Amino acid sequence: MAEFLQFLISGLTVGAVYALVALGFTLIYNASGVVNFAQGEFVMLGGMVTVFASAAGAPLPLAALIAIVAAVIIGLLLHRLAIEPARGASAVTLIIITIGASILLRGLAAIVFDKQFHKLPAFTGETPIDILGAAVQPQSFWVLGGTAVVVVALYAFLEHTILGKAVLATAANRLAARLVGINTTTIMALAFGGSAAIGAVAGILVTPITLTNYDVGTLLALKGFAAAMLGGMGNPLGAVVGGLLLGLLEAFGAGYLSSTYKDAFAFLVILFVLFAAPQGLFGRRVVERV
Amino acid sequence: MGALLNQRFLTLVVLAAVIAVLPLLFPSSYYFRVASLVWVAALAAIGLNILMGQAGQVSLGHAAFFGIGAYAVAIGPTHLGIPSWAALLIGAVLSAVLAYLVGRPILRLKGHYLAIATLGLGVLVALVISTESGWTGGPDGMPVERLTLFGWRVSGSYTWYWVTGALLLIGTWIALNLDETPTGRAFRALHDSEVAAQVVGVDVARFKLQAFVIAAVYASLAGSALAFMNGFINPDQAGFLHSVELVTIVVLGGLGSVVGSIVGAAVLITLPQALTVFHEYEHLLLGLIIIVSMIFMRNGIVPSLSALLLRRARS
Amino acid sequence: MVMKAKLTASLVAGAMVLGMSQGALAQDTIKIGSVLSATGPASFLGEPEDKTLRMYVDKINAAGGINGKKIELVIYDDGGDANKARTFATRLVEDDEVVAMVGGSTTGTTMAMIPVFEDAKIPFISLAGAIEVIDPVRKFVFKTPHTDKMACEKIFEDLKKRNLTKIGLISGTDGFGASMRAQCVKVAPNYGMEIVADENYGPRDSDMTAQLTKIKNTAGLQAVVNPGFGQGPAIVTRNYAQLGMGDIPFYQSHGVASKSFIDLAGAAAEGVRLPAAALLVGDKLPESDPQKKVVTEYKQTYESATKQPVSTFGGHAYDGLFILVEAMKRANSTDPQKIRDEIEKTKGFVGTGGIVNMSPTDHLGLDLSAFRMLEIKGGDWNLVASGS
Repeated sequence: MAEFLQFLISGLTVGAVYALVALGFTLIYNASGVVNFAQGEFVMLGGMVTVFASAAGAPLPLAALIAIVAAVIIGLLLHRLAIEPARGASAVTLIIITIGASILLRGLAAIVFDKQFHKLPAFTGETPIDILGAAVQPQSFWVLGGTAVVVVALYAFLEHTILGKAVLATAANRLAARLVGINTTTIMALAFGGSAAIGAVAGILVTPITLTNYDVGTLLALKGFAAAMLGGMGNPLGAVVGGLLLGLLEAFGAGYLSSTYKDAFAFLVILFVLFAAPQGLFGRRVVERV
Repeated sequence: MGALLNQRFLTLVVLAAVIAVLPLLFPSSYYFRVASLVWVAALAAIGLNILMGQAGQVSLGHAAFFGIGAYAVAIGPTHLGIPSWAALLIGAVLSAVLAYLVGRPILRLKGHYLAIATLGLGVLVALVISTESGWTGGPDGMPVERLTLFGWRVSGSYTWYWVTGALLLIGTWIALNLDETPTGRAFRALHDSEVAAQVVGVDVARFKLQAFVIAAVYASLAGSALAFMNGFINPDQAGFLHSVELVTIVVLGGLGSVVGSIVGAAVLITLPQALTVFHEYEHLLLGLIIIVSMIFMRNGIVPSLSALLLRRARS
Repeated sequence: MVMKAKLTASLVAGAMVLGMSQGALAQDTIKIGSVLSATGPASFLGEPEDKTLRMYVDKINAAGGINGKKIELVIYDDGGDANKARTFATRLVEDDEVVAMVGGSTTGTTMAMIPVFEDAKIPFISLAGAIEVIDPVRKFVFKTPHTDKMACEKIFEDLKKRNLTKIGLISGTDGFGASMRAQCVKVAPNYGMEIVADENYGPRDSDMTAQLTKIKNTAGLQAVVNPGFGQGPAIVTRNYAQLGMGDIPFYQSHGVASKSFIDLAGAAAEGVRLPAAALLVGDKLPESDPQKKVVTEYKQTYESATKQPVSTFGGHAYDGLFILVEAMKRANSTDPQKIRDEIEKTKGFVGTGGIVNMSPTDHLGLDLSAFRMLEIKGGDWNLVASGS
């Protein structure tokens, strides 16, 4: 039981980060149809900027705020300077642009910061909490709680604000949204900014557990993308479920099966899910028109 | 039709001429090595381009087949006593069979779902290669016995320049021909609209599968060539980043353009070599160049430039 | 018209001066090459190596160079990619025409580059860990870091002294971790060690509690060894403490070789033991220790120039560079063959990694005494007194 709980909490914590990255993917994908492979770099920025701002003397909450603002600015710049000028290009061209952006951001971070690994202090101490025999880091609760807050806030925004509804409308049908007077360019900028903020929050929450350096983003982008696909691309709920599921698969795979092949196990499950449900767990069926 | 034939012929002649003339400009064998790397990457990219450009399917795990080809020629002679040339063929057959088997269910998926499924396949293959160290030498890789053909030991940068150049010529010739066969036309129909293709009687599933298998064989042969050339191979070549690199070459050069894949490979392989003078700014500039080229040449270098030239010629 | 002639004349003169100075330059410099993983997943190896080489080559040149000739250093960054490393190795040999090479941050990149230098008959001093670099001995390949096999032996020696024989392994699946794990499994029987648990983690994993929980619940477990490098061991150490495994003796490897490990692992690092070079405990060495002077000087130079904690990885580059420099001085020649012969004759060289005595059958020249067993106490490295 204790063992099971240990794996469960470990999986949920890692999964929550995947979920936030997947959520970032989803937000941008919905607004613009772009799969943003620089999503992992937002997580990196969140962690790295916080580390360096607090090293420069800023208290942690202020440092975290600076990091989020910095990430949002980078997100908006990415949209304005790289995505917007290529408007109308094919999806795969846009993907390559975001891959270029991810290489660029990593190179920039290596110069502006450094290539060392860094840590942040846990928000509320590092004494593990005993839950029915499982030892849990207090920071895990921050990660899980923070993820929940982000999800709820995003849900409230999308469902209960005019701007949020405009985002949903754009996601559903970009042309129709423009026809009813929604400025889709603003919506896209909003999506990039929001997605960057979510990524940065993930980076801030998780750095006390996982450490960070200039190139932690690559793997997170890969895992987050896999999570978004597992849940069904374009569905925020799917992204969260997909992320948590992927984290749990890895933890239980490592715990009960083989730690060497735990990634294989996770991807095998993704493959089987896709074979059974080709649109992911919560994906929409798209009817192709001629 | 005649004009098309000529154009195809012209492309091959120009490519052959470039391969033949380039060495005159090379001051040292280092340049031969870089050029050979370009030919190998171009070969893999041309194959992937059949899948991406003509059949409209994205593969984010294509390096898996590259790795299978590479490790076939490494493991075959070392552990199983299979001659190198036979191992190369076995690698190609293995890649084709794997592509055929997993292609059936995978190719039912559309767009990004196909991308993630192929990505998963790539991750699995790379993981097996780096874990089964008894066979593969693990993450540090393993040496590859030199290729011997009819008693001739193929080695050295100069030799490999010509061997890979010849391979690329053959690969280009096949791809260009494929373009004009009924299969090629079916592929292009797929790219435009799958439903439309189906309606006019194209067996969509079969053609997609065919493109996947062809692309896998190209990558496998390219992988084998690189392994022979280096005399050493490690799991990076089968990894996710290498898959991304291949996709970037195809898109940068131009989807659906055979020449584009060669140009894309030339740009992406030589650029990091040229950028070394910038030291730590290397990656920043590489990223910047990729972004800027994709913004201003959104259909890829070759299609965008040829459209530009065509416009110039008309006005 | 007059002006034009003048211009032409000065251009010609300029070109002549340039041409002459270039000719003179070529004669007065010795080209040394290096390919390092300064970026990418192994950048924590390549970066200190890169800084060390640049820093000391400048110093050597400022002091007049080698036998009156300045060193020209050519460094390429392979990003940890073996195929790129191979290309840069060719570039060094064919295009830059270096007379020797110090580099190769990882075993993967080193193994890919070896054929290039063997074929070109140019000495190659590798900075990679695994034993396969120098075993079997290759004529032109040397290395400076201790092998992973030695690290396993040192750890097992210590375990034997403490009467602990049932061990669990938790290894990274990167080249370093996988290679060291294999060596440990191989030499374990020689020391009467029994491996009761054997788990792995990916080099980029951020949570190893699942693997550690499994190890913790293994019956009869007496100690745990973590072959790995990079940030992985820091996370493993933190998870180790989180799961309350502090009473079970825990060993890291020489892959954890800079103060930043203690910094990243925090309080969890207390009590962890590891085999490491004297460099980490320079200030705690007795005055009589032959390495004391070298390691304290290197540490001071590196830390004041980079503002980063010294690592044994940079130390490997220091050792490689000076083994080469001294060999070149003795050879009094830039002929790669002669330099190689002198490198092989290196005797009693005092480096950061130990005292190096090479021979035609040993291209590393270090024995187990080069490793010190350290224990982390009070946020700092401490020498474990022999016998405890």
